Amino acid sequence: MYFQLTDEQKMILDMTRKFAEEELKPIAEEIDREHKFPTESVKKMAELGLMGMVFPEEYGGAGMDYVSYSIAIEEVSRHCASTGVVMSAHTSLGTGPIYYFGTEEQKKKFLTPLAQGEKIGCFGMTEANAGSDSAGTRTTAKLDGDHYIVNGTKNFITNGREADVAVVLVRTGEHKHKGLSMMIMEKSMEGYSVGKVEDKLGIVGSSTTELIFEDVKVPKENLLGNEGEGFKIGMHTLDSGRIGIASQALGIARGSLEESIEFAKAREQFGQAISEFQAIQWMIADMATRLDAARLLTRRAATLKDKGDVRFSKEAAMAKLFASETAMWAATKAIQVHGGYGYTKEYPVERYFRDAKITEIYEGTSEIQRLVIASSLLRQK
Amino acid sequence: MNVAVIMKQVPDTEALIKVAPDGSGYVKEGVKFVMNPYDEFGVEEALKNKESAGASEVTIISMGPERTVEAIRTGLAMGADKGVLLKIGDDEYTDAMGVAKALADELKAGDYKLIYCGKQAIDDDMAQVGPMVAQLMDIPCVSVVTSVELSGDKAVCTREIEGGKEVFEVTLPAVIACQKGLNEPRYASLPGIMKAKKKPLDIKDAKLEAAKSEIVKWENPPERPAGRILEGDDPAAKAAELVKALREEAKVI
Repeated sequence: MYFQLTDEQKMILDMTRKFAEEELKPIAEEIDREHKFPTESVKKMAELGLMGMVFPEEYGGAGMDYVSYSIAIEEVSRHCASTGVVMSAHTSLGTGPIYYFGTEEQKKKFLTPLAQGEKIGCFGMTEANAGSDSAGTRTTAKLDGDHYIVNGTKNFITNGREADVAVVLVRTGEHKHKGLSMMIMEKSMEGYSVGKVEDKLGIVGSSTTELIFEDVKVPKENLLGNEGEGFKIGMHTLDSGRIGIASQALGIARGSLEESIEFAKAREQFGQAISEFQAIQWMIADMATRLDAARLLTRRAATLKDKGDVRFSKEAAMAKLFASETAMWAATKAIQVHGGYGYTKEYPVERYFRDAKITEIYEGTSEIQRLVIASSLLRQK
Repeated sequence: MNVAVIMKQVPDTEALIKVAPDGSGYVKEGVKFVMNPYDEFGVEEALKNKESAGASEVTIISMGPERTVEAIRTGLAMGADKGVLLKIGDDEYTDAMGVAKALADELKAGDYKLIYCGKQAIDDDMAQVGPMVAQLMDIPCVSVVTSVELSGDKAVCTREIEGGKEVFEVTLPAVIACQKGLNEPRYASLPGIMKAKKKPLDIKDAKLEAAKSEIVKWENPPERPAGRILEGDDPAAKAAELVKALREEAKVI
């Protein structure tokens, strides 16, 4: 079990690394400073096939495997974590459910424009009262003839402002879990509006918003799967999404490591480069080791997902948990290596620190990941 | 109209190059190899010709060791149709004339109206192979080209010269050696990367003559000495001291 990349994966790594260095790096600071959605970058990524990597070519995707997808998200996030989450949320959360659970008609109508990056997708699960407790969803969908009437408010939705299509968790029945269903909604539907846009600590290039539904008429044909399958679809979607976020965290951690190495070699104190000091060397060694470990966990989860017929929830949770905690730790150490300079906007590490924190929270907090892992282990006798 | 791009695989411009302890070459282990950046302009121009000027097929031809196929595949992923590797063993073969002869033989076997290459390779900076190939094929060569306009069997090429530009009109076939600014090479798209493995890539043993020139030794450039700061309060005195140092020590004026 040695993770050798295939020739194609190596080419994808080279291409996305080059793209990130030439297109994303030069504007990352501006995106952060101005809280700008990376519209131009997303357009270029769509042209290269990066906004629908894992979906089949017949639906406008690039037909890639999840390991390639993980590589691409890491490369993008190395220079711009905001762009990385836009890509991951759009692909795994916004488009994934339609691919895995949609009918042929739903795929033709929604999957293709999303995979081609012509439309942006988002995942409407979280509510003010339903974060970790996602089954606490109160948004309702009442069947009325040939359509559902949806009422409620979603909150903290990544890509909320830009999304044309939203895959939304709604309550169609009383039972806490089995009363939930998943629906495809469109921004163009009457009564669908984007509410508050959060002013966040990090990943400020990506929009995090409320979605407000007031008597939105959603055609019956937009139900994903069957009534009552919403929670199951949600959990399946999050398993894949976790690989995406783990990959984003890898990018942030790697950025922290690379910037630290460069700074330490250049910065002199006490007559030598600070990279000569053991304290700095140990920080770099630990950053690199944890990064490698996180990457191996992430590649393993992606490989299992690619196998297709095996459960990978535990492995995906481990990858997301470890990679996110590594990113936060590495970014904190990176500022430390940079000293006072790391605390200023002149260097990118303060942005990595701000961007890293959310990876420990969204798509399942570290606490939830630990519960997923523990319950997987305690279930077995 | 068939178009060829002659390409060389070179170390990445960011790679740290170390001279081998015995001066016989540079250490290749751990070095990342890429398509010569100037050759990328050639690939891009060939692809543009295919898209809008009626070129039908783009072939990438390269001479090098086995690892060169990676660089050829990059070109295929960008959109080229075929690749040819003239394979050499692991030993260095650096004689430009020998390389040019092998490439010219391969090119003569095809029917290429346009042959693009980079103006120079960024490893040895010799800038010889393109013009040598043209000479061996008895066709014109325009180098340091920053724009190409095709019209029937002619090409109008603008080349950069010191302080200006020259505009040439050549009758095809011709060799065009590309300069930065000719175009913006495209990224390989994901569909392109997937298609690349299915495109034909011929690997042939390069037929090489005995080298007419060889590199006898590699050396590091002399260590840059530390800079010196001229002290003192009087700018005029410091200026005089600077002029003296430039004249007597650095010997540049």
